[in-house]
Amino acid sequence: MRPFAFQRPDSLAHAHELTVPEDATAVAGGTNLLDLMKLQVETPERLVDINRLGMTEIQETADGGLRIGALATNTATANDDRVRADYPVLARAILAGATQQLRNRATTGGNLCQRTRCYYFTNIDQPCNKREPGSGCGAIDGIAHLHAVLGTSPSCIATYPGDMAVALSALDATVEIASPDSDERSVPVRDFHLLPGDTPCRDNVLERGEIITAVTLPRPVKAKHLYRKVRERSSYAFALVSVAAIVAVEDGVIARADLAFGGLAHKPWHDARLSELLVGEAPSAALFDKAGDLLLEGARGYGENDFKIPLARRTLAAVMAEATETEI
Amino acid sequence: MSAHLKQDEPVTSNRLDGMKQGIVGQPLSRVDGLAKVTGTAPYAAEYKIDNVAEGVLVTAPITRGEVTSIDKDSVLSMPGVLAVLDDERLTTRAAQGTANEAPKQDPATVCYWGQPIAVVVAETFEQARDAAKHLKVEYRVHEGAPLDPHQVAPEEQEDETVNQGDLDAAMARAAHTVDVEIATEGHASAAMEPHAAIAEWRDDKLTVYASLQMPNYNIAELADSLGMEESNIRLVSRYVGGGFGSKLGISEETVAAAIAARELGQPVRVVMSRQQVFQCIMRRSETTQKLRLASDEEGKLDGFAHHALVSNLPGEEFAEPVLQSSHFLYGGENRQLKLEVARIHRMTAGSVRAPGEAVGMPALEVAMDMLAEKSGVDPVELRLRNIPDRNPEEDLPFSSHKLADCLRQGAEKFGWDSGPRKPRQQREGEWWIGTGMASAARVHNVGEAKAHVTLKSDGTAVVQSDMTDIGTGTYTIVAQIAGEMLGIPIEKVLVELGDTKHPRGPGSGGSWGAASIGSAVYVACEALREKLAHRAGTSETELDLRDGSVVGGNSLVELLDGEDISEVGHYEPGEIADSHTASGFGAFFAKVRVNRFTGETRVDHMLGAFGFGRVLNEKTARSQCLGGITWSIGVALTEALLFDPVDGHLVNCDLAEYHVPVNRDVQDVDVMMMEERDPVASPIQAKGIGELGMCGGAAAIANAIYNACGARLFQYPMTPDRVLAALPD
Ligand SMILES: Cc1cc2nc3c(=O)[nH]c(=O)nc-3n(C[C@H](O)[C@H](O)[C@H](O)COP(=O)(O)OP(=O)(O)OC[C@H]3O[C@@H](n4cnc5c(N)ncnc54)[C@H](O)[C@@H]3O)c2cc1C
Ligand code: SF4
Repeated sequence: MRPFAFQRPDSLAHAHELTVPEDATAVAGGTNLLDLMKLQVETPERLVDINRLGMTEIQETADGGLRIGALATNTATANDDRVRADYPVLARAILAGATQQLRNRATTGGNLCQRTRCYYFTNIDQPCNKREPGSGCGAIDGIAHLHAVLGTSPSCIATYPGDMAVALSALDATVEIASPDSDERSVPVRDFHLLPGDTPCRDNVLERGEIITAVTLPRPVKAKHLYRKVRERSSYAFALVSVAAIVAVEDGVIARADLAFGGLAHKPWHDARLSELLVGEAPSAALFDKAGDLLLEGARGYGENDFKIPLARRTLAAVMAEATETEI
Repeated sequence: MSAHLKQDEPVTSNRLDGMKQGIVGQPLSRVDGLAKVTGTAPYAAEYKIDNVAEGVLVTAPITRGEVTSIDKDSVLSMPGVLAVLDDERLTTRAAQGTANEAPKQDPATVCYWGQPIAVVVAETFEQARDAAKHLKVEYRVHEGAPLDPHQVAPEEQEDETVNQGDLDAAMARAAHTVDVEIATEGHASAAMEPHAAIAEWRDDKLTVYASLQMPNYNIAELADSLGMEESNIRLVSRYVGGGFGSKLGISEETVAAAIAARELGQPVRVVMSRQQVFQCIMRRSETTQKLRLASDEEGKLDGFAHHALVSNLPGEEFAEPVLQSSHFLYGGENRQLKLEVARIHRMTAGSVRAPGEAVGMPALEVAMDMLAEKSGVDPVELRLRNIPDRNPEEDLPFSSHKLADCLRQGAEKFGWDSGPRKPRQQREGEWWIGTGMASAARVHNVGEAKAHVTLKSDGTAVVQSDMTDIGTGTYTIVAQIAGEMLGIPIEKVLVELGDTKHPRGPGSGGSWGAASIGSAVYVACEALREKLAHRAGTSETELDLRDGSVVGGNSLVELLDGEDISEVGHYEPGEIADSHTASGFGAFFAKVRVNRFTGETRVDHMLGAFGFGRVLNEKTARSQCLGGITWSIGVALTEALLFDPVDGHLVNCDLAEYHVPVNRDVQDVDVMMMEERDPVASPIQAKGIGELGMCGGAAAIANAIYNACGARLFQYPMTPDRVLAALPD
């Protein structure tokens, strides 16, 4: 770890000012950033602790939704009665991630911004375009077990590793961002994370100095909420594939199917066509299969991770079968 | 005074059973438990030493080549940096278990990615770590280092080779045959405490606080590495936060700390990062195993073949002893065994818990399950039919043999259904449910050991040895044996371990610790009892001691009359080891669920039944079995070292990505311990138990996966991707 200065702004304005320069990084729970600093993957010269900015509340919004502060801990969010009652997919996704100890520290904003678990990204003696643009991608010809099958680029095949954001994507939540020059902007979670393209060093749309202040959930809908995470051990492992599903069936046909997927891409994967395909149809194995075809239309494996394609298809079917109580 | 026993004969006196207190065997809690849970038991890096400088190892980001230059000035002006050392005595690999000599040195020659080449010392750990990353090093890279064990011509380990009878003929005439290839991947010890050392010099005397399993060998390894006399070295390793083989030999940080402390004239601590522990200590070799079985109509073996390919770096003698128990577990007149080593440039392969059987048994026991299916014989019955009366290769008797009892009683307790077996018979929602079983076997070893036992005039005792307790319970069982023999409660026995100023113990490794150190303590106590008997005017065999007194007579304090008496017990394995085959045996039963959509496997229930001689402490023994079964789950389902195909570096080098089982993976686990006395195994009739719990358990899970869903996998670990690929439609 390199020496760094530690700064603790107590206003957003000050936080912006401190985090605009390239040498600074904001820290919330620190559960991701500090690990990466120890490995010298992240080498900020100034660490700007944003924990004095409040932003821990979970409040109802005027239009009946819920606003979760950027510094609310994952534990607080998952335990919140309104989250548990109205947005169980979110509580389930959070509880499927990390461990109790980590969730006690981890925050909404930090969780959204957590970096990939690509083994080459975290090893500074290996090439990685995300960490060091232009150095190459160690994973493409290496061990790509955890890597993406959708939306990859020749520069980077990393995944966004988190669970919470997958649920937020299914919920169509909005990220509220305070910017240094304008006041506040809102970005749908579905657009918050970027695909790697030629600039895998950018994980998301945040510009320098911007701070996430909250995540807003729309008004709850009556539906079944499921979060299914396939992993190599039953806890404390990142998703190979995960599915967040908000599904309702009325009169024998699917009335709602908001789906998002983790472990498949550089962002929580949401494909609006799936909902179009599923809604209005009677649930069946054939229908779920079609949904799988659509989801994985452009999928491409890199050897080690080829399995994710059939696994995603099967997990999608399993989740839809459970949500619609269909025997397949 | 010293008392010596070289065991050439069985020891059938079972003296421990004749004692009056009955302490040995009891499920007592660890005597060091309180110190550990209150944080007062110091681990290697935690000894309070003044003025310690911090060293961090610099590792090479190349696979093979030479260091051509190190620009020390590139970091010497950084804050706090004190020195950059590339002394040619720095070691570049860990010593193999019981090596007793320096491991490979010459840090300028790089043989694997991540190899230490230098050490940077600074005032603080963070400064040293930063400087280590910034040090400018130039290398001459030798391209084309072989990395894939299947792409080089392997070397045969000739002393493992067996060619008995005519296997091909047996295969040709057999009613049933199995011919299968099964692979296992590399494993890491993944002990909780990282490798660490603090070295301190006083004149020419060196003291090193380190995390070591075998100080009795480590002292010679360190002396040889540094070119000094053992008598000038003291090693202290009182508490060890897990070893599992990774601390059998000295590793790079110990020598680096010693050299740096000498150079700087101040104590130096070197702690490996988690990544370094993974990348430059020991890996268990991956294996590719070919098994051929030939049986008659009833499943009785006539032919048995087991070939294994393992790997290691050039120049390493260790070859994962995959076939160890295959030599004697089952009968079959016609036998072929062969072990081969591929020389590749991955990090050193060495001992990881239960070297050999940990991966050999999981392969063999899948092959046996396939034979059971082919012959239509129940898997438990098939094993029973193939238990040999004597070692089928060397025609030696077994010292004791509990396999049949473990199979029968384990099956009964588990509720094993011996009816016809077919896959996919039970489903609950998304989950297929199935059961499987496997035998357990692990060779028994003992090592030479000494222990100094003093019975003090106040009626308390002190036991001293450089033996270690690596979390297994050694402190406790030593106190139990001494207390039992001397007739005092264990609260009155002070045990001092892990310090080479005491007599040499056996070290902890190969499950031999308890039986070996326990025997040395026993021998010393027997001699002390002779002395006490003399004072009490009776014979040793008549001497009944309890609660600090001769039963119905004087107290020990009175007998000792102000005098301390002491003995060094010296136990040596003798000829008996060559005239018998000694092994722990057991049986595993597993019930698993396999998700029919995702291929995830969960182990709902596991039972292990083990026969491993006298149980010295039912609680610590059970903990060893639970740990072994947990490792079995890891071997079966989750653990694999992943090596980069381009440069051979270990990619998953932390506990987030190297998946040891977590609590939730280990559900309902049942352990049965079959009491037995093995008079050949050791004078206290105990055998090794630390490793048996993982020798075959993975196969019970693999066989249960097959029974649950019909996917027969030939590659461990059986991760969801592999299960899905093997699922029949
Ligand atoms: C061993 C391990 C296992 C894990 N397993 C899982 C898992 O299974 N599933 C899962 O989802 N996660 C998992 N995690 C990741 C964990 O969820 C994240 O580390 C955590 O959510 C990060 O939150 P934090 O507040 O600690 O972020 P920090 O570490 O403080 O910050 C992370 C990043 O976010 C930025 N940041 C933080 N807050 C803001 C803000 N308000 N505005 C702008 N930028 C901000 C920081 O600058 C930094 O770049 C695991 C982590 C570990 C260490
Ligand atoms: S996949 Fe992306 S993060 Fe991983 S090595 Fe390649 S560029 Fe880096």
